[in-house]
Amino acid sequence: MESKFGDYLLSVDHISLSFGGVKALKDISFGIREKEVFAIIGPNGAGKTSMLNVINGFYHPQEGEITYKGVHRKQMKSHDAAVHGIARTFQNVALFKGMSTLDNIMTGRIIHMKRNLFWQAIYLGPARKEEMANREYVEDIIDFLEIQAIRRTPVGRLPYGLQKRVELGRALAMEPDLLLLDEPMAGMNIEEKQDMCRFVLDVNDQYGTTIALIEHDMSVVMDISDKVVVLDYGEKLAEGTPDEIRGNQTVIDAYLGVTTAN
Amino acid sequence: MKETTATEKLSQVLDTIPKLLLDHAKKRADRPANRLKDLGIWQTWTWSEVADEVRNLACGLSKIGFQRGDKLAVIGDNRPRLYWSMVAAQALGGIPVPLYQDSVAEEMVYVLENADVKYAIVQNQEQTDKLLEIKDRLPNLKHICYEEPRGMRDYTQDFIHYYKDIQKTGRDYHNENPDYFLQEIGKGQGSDISIFLYTSGTTGKPKGVVLTSDNLIITARNSIEFDNLTSEEEVLAYLPMAWVGDNIFSLAQAYVIGFCVNCPENPETVMTDLKEIGPTYYFAPPAIYETVLTKVMIRMEDASKIKRSMFKYFMDLAKSVGIRILDGKPVSFKERILYSIGQFLVYGPLKNNLGLSRTRLAYTAGEAIGPEIFEFFRSLGINIKQLYGQTEASVFICAQPDGQVKADTVGTAYPGVELRLADNNEVFYRSPGVFHSYYKNPESTAETKDAEGWVATGDAGFFDEDGHLKIIDRAKDVGRMSDGTMFAPKYIENKLKFFPFIKEAVAFGDEKEFTTAFICIDIEAVGNWAERKNLAYSGYTDLSARAEVYDLLQECVETVNADLARDEKLSGSQIKRFLLLHKELDADDGELTRTRKVRRRIVAEKYAVLISALDDPQQTHCEIDSQMTFEDGRTGMVHADLQIRESALAESQVHTLAA
Repeated sequence: MESKFGDYLLSVDHISLSFGGVKALKDISFGIREKEVFAIIGPNGAGKTSMLNVINGFYHPQEGEITYKGVHRKQMKSHDAAVHGIARTFQNVALFKGMSTLDNIMTGRIIHMKRNLFWQAIYLGPARKEEMANREYVEDIIDFLEIQAIRRTPVGRLPYGLQKRVELGRALAMEPDLLLLDEPMAGMNIEEKQDMCRFVLDVNDQYGTTIALIEHDMSVVMDISDKVVVLDYGEKLAEGTPDEIRGNQTVIDAYLGVTTAN
Repeated sequence: MKETTATEKLSQVLDTIPKLLLDHAKKRADRPANRLKDLGIWQTWTWSEVADEVRNLACGLSKIGFQRGDKLAVIGDNRPRLYWSMVAAQALGGIPVPLYQDSVAEEMVYVLENADVKYAIVQNQEQTDKLLEIKDRLPNLKHICYEEPRGMRDYTQDFIHYYKDIQKTGRDYHNENPDYFLQEIGKGQGSDISIFLYTSGTTGKPKGVVLTSDNLIITARNSIEFDNLTSEEEVLAYLPMAWVGDNIFSLAQAYVIGFCVNCPENPETVMTDLKEIGPTYYFAPPAIYETVLTKVMIRMEDASKIKRSMFKYFMDLAKSVGIRILDGKPVSFKERILYSIGQFLVYGPLKNNLGLSRTRLAYTAGEAIGPEIFEFFRSLGINIKQLYGQTEASVFICAQPDGQVKADTVGTAYPGVELRLADNNEVFYRSPGVFHSYYKNPESTAETKDAEGWVATGDAGFFDEDGHLKIIDRAKDVGRMSDGTMFAPKYIENKLKFFPFIKEAVAFGDEKEFTTAFICIDIEAVGNWAERKNLAYSGYTDLSARAEVYDLLQECVETVNADLARDEKLSGSQIKRFLLLHKELDADDGELTRTRKVRRRIVAEKYAVLISALDDPQQTHCEIDSQMTFEDGRTGMVHADLQIRESALAESQVHTLAA
């Protein structure tokens, strides 16, 4: 099984982050291998979202080091993260509500568009060709996520579950190497969750994308992740395969709780 | 040179679908044959491209052992490649067996086993998984071929093939044996079995209806002539491929005359695709037309006041003028001018929005369609017609000729169809489309089709004064009143239910002197009406006991009576006495089936007191205690004192006309 994963794509070493006197993350270290589905779990306020924000450069940690694709950095820069293939979705859907599904996903391609505003405005030759190539890529994603029927619908009119799917589509449009998903299944019903799980696994399988996700639904986490790290009050409690985590006493005490007989 | 002579020889008798394909590939090589929306863009295949695709597939199938007489299951949404699969199987002398794509694996076992299916071409991973789940129980099933590669990477079993790989080996095979494909097609003839179509089987196991090439092609030819279809038609194939209608509308007719069949991107996008394609010829069951009408009405409610009044004015105009224009009846100059203004302001944009701008001909069938739905589409200038058909007839038994369209008949006998009514009014027909047999089921075949080729439909009906057939009920449900008048409960109930105020109705009349009825009001519609009348009420029971509501419903009943009076045969079954039930018929109380069909026998037993009160002309009201299940599952007794109303009977107009 080990052979499925490659080298470490991203590792964080001794990361500490504080806001004034509040220590959000304390001395956190872990590594995410290529092609892995990596889950970050923990109770509310454990620092999960802060951790993602550190990875994609939205927060800058005071201490520690981030190694991404073999390059050591004190901190990530947002733009660097995007250019070097880190994409993310948000806990609260952050789409352009008035724009159609198609246009929202197209915005994910901007990073791959080389022509400047001038060329895009006159929309001739190279700019047009580029637009066509990007549109094709986006259509592939629409097909992949099975959202053809809402291609032209403004996303503000869509139900929450579909908005989440569109947001995943926009992240995929960046052709990320590392995809960060912040609670992709929050607020979904069972069926939507199942769909989303399938999409996450399919992305991992078909595009070979490494995925780091935050999720509260333990059955989802245990089913789809290859590796889990547990945070609590900004500290790392444990790290391991889903089975190891399930059996870890510290984690059970702090977070999972005791399972009843059935 | 050799190839052209072989093709020429074939094209002399175009009696199979593959022969027709070769003919079109030559005569209209560059005209579109199929379109599919893929990655947001309509992809087109011309007739010559389709011929190549079918040839490669057929040769590839033969390479993995497909032989004459082999059965090929086809499972998936409407896709050009699946239609080609059926043609490829027919080219090799095999028999395609399309299955309903939304059946679960368990339901497929019976059909696949019964049809001796050896090969299957399926759309995607989902369908492949279903077949793998049941493959152990299907020793005959040898090969599975999938069309969409997504998610199929890890399926390494050697009996699972990718559609395009099959075609690739087929192309090589064709290059080595250029005559093979044409020779195989040449062996086919009109009397060959062309397809198995399994009837959905509401009673008992599904039956495999065996249709020959002649059945399908002669029927398609007749229908093309009847409706003047041309090679310029555009249709959208969106109804299940396993349904006989799709095989006529999207396959046989298209291959006979050579029009283009468009396939939607996926089942959810049908409405958008319909708008983009703008079909000229369209089929939909009544429920779809009803949904469209409801949607339009709801959207109009939200429109601005000016738009609303404009819509209302022009739709009222269309109701009188549009239908006359469509039927070729005289229209005054002023009306014509107003209608064309309406066309510009309302009808045109509306039809465009519904994807029906170019629709010259629309069909509906399957069940009764409400007159107001029918009227709505006809007033917009869409020639919507009803037809009556069966799988066993290769669809067509009756259809309405242009200009003679009525909401409550299914039209006259189709070209080539002979009709006859039995003593109990059951409809029998004989036609070139009459099925060959039920596969491996000679008893059922003999029960349905007699030695002279007459087929029993199981439906009861009669001809109206213009010679149009009216289907009234299942033959076994039709009864006789004590004076011998025919009593068709469902026909009367359907007429009642077309009123928005009536939710359910149950008519009684078998072996009785006169007809009586229970009516359940529609609480929403009647409640709305009551609100507008400033009529206070406390609930269903209270509302349905109101004299005002009785007056309202009496009008409905009397309209139905007037309607019934127009039919000589049914005039005697007008509703004489009725009452409004104090509760809705409910599946939880066992009064309805889960699909909301009235369980006549149970209702009759439960409300026996009411029925005898209705039958006794002396009684004007009746008390009843009945059990009722509440929404939370508790049961309770409800007491009510129900009024009985006498409704006026209409003079039988047929007699006065005849006199």
